[in-house]
Amino acid sequence: MAGLKAQEYAFLVLAVIGSISAIAVVLARNVVHAALYLVVTLLSVGGVYLLLGAEFVAWVQILIYVGAIVILFLFGLMLTKAPIGRDTLDHQNRWIGGLVAAGVFVGLVFLVQDAFRVQDAVAAPTFRTTTSMVGKSLFRDYVLPFEAVSFLLLAALIGAIVLARKDDVA
Amino acid sequence: MIRLPFVLFFSALLFSAGVYGVLARRNAVMVLMAIELMLNAVNVNFVAFGSQLHQMGGQMFALFVIAVAAAEVGIGLAIVILLFRNRESINVDEVNLLKW
Repeated sequence: MAGLKAQEYAFLVLAVIGSISAIAVVLARNVVHAALYLVVTLLSVGGVYLLLGAEFVAWVQILIYVGAIVILFLFGLMLTKAPIGRDTLDHQNRWIGGLVAAGVFVGLVFLVQDAFRVQDAVAAPTFRTTTSMVGKSLFRDYVLPFEAVSFLLLAALIGAIVLARKDDVA
Repeated sequence: MIRLPFVLFFSALLFSAGVYGVLARRNAVMVLMAIELMLNAVNVNFVAFGSQLHQMGGQMFALFVIAVAAAEVGIGLAIVILLFRNRESINVDEVNLLKW
């Protein structure tokens, strides 16, 4: 295994921060703290995208995840009761979940190690993509999924309004 | 310039944290957050493989997953709020009306 490059050091820092805060999301006793740890995780994932050369995806990640989805979560937490404490937030038999999650992690690490062999992996040159490349690819090769996603977003918009509306208004 | 297995280990850890959250949490909003963690793990994999193979497809599908995740959170939180309005609680283990 050759020495680490500067980008790999940056990646390791981001990965450690992201992993710790991802674990904190699922272990936090306070729901608002969990949402804020989620912000840290999403930001570090965005940084990983930048390091991988996916500039547009990184900014979309920060705009949509950090900007919109986490705000939605905070709204959801404020509109419902936000209890504090592990006993009210977690199942009593959470050790089964821990067991399954540990099994998934060990299995995935074993699979990755088996398939890609971290000790003789070589770093490929970074595939830098610009926004114009993303746009060309999106509207040339991926038009059909794009339209499907726009239809899905419309359906979700209408569905959310119908679901959350108070019945006595209608 | 980042070796692929490093990124895959990171995403495996994100995914396992999400699995634990989905299984262990009772609060529906926390379950949704854990699902977001798993979707992010998938996106990291998409972008990493797209970068490794020098193809745009990975990033494209990461963008689609982000859009679907946004739709999912919108609908999910609408359901959670409806649940809270009807049951005064959003603990997923207390919602057993359709359970035999």
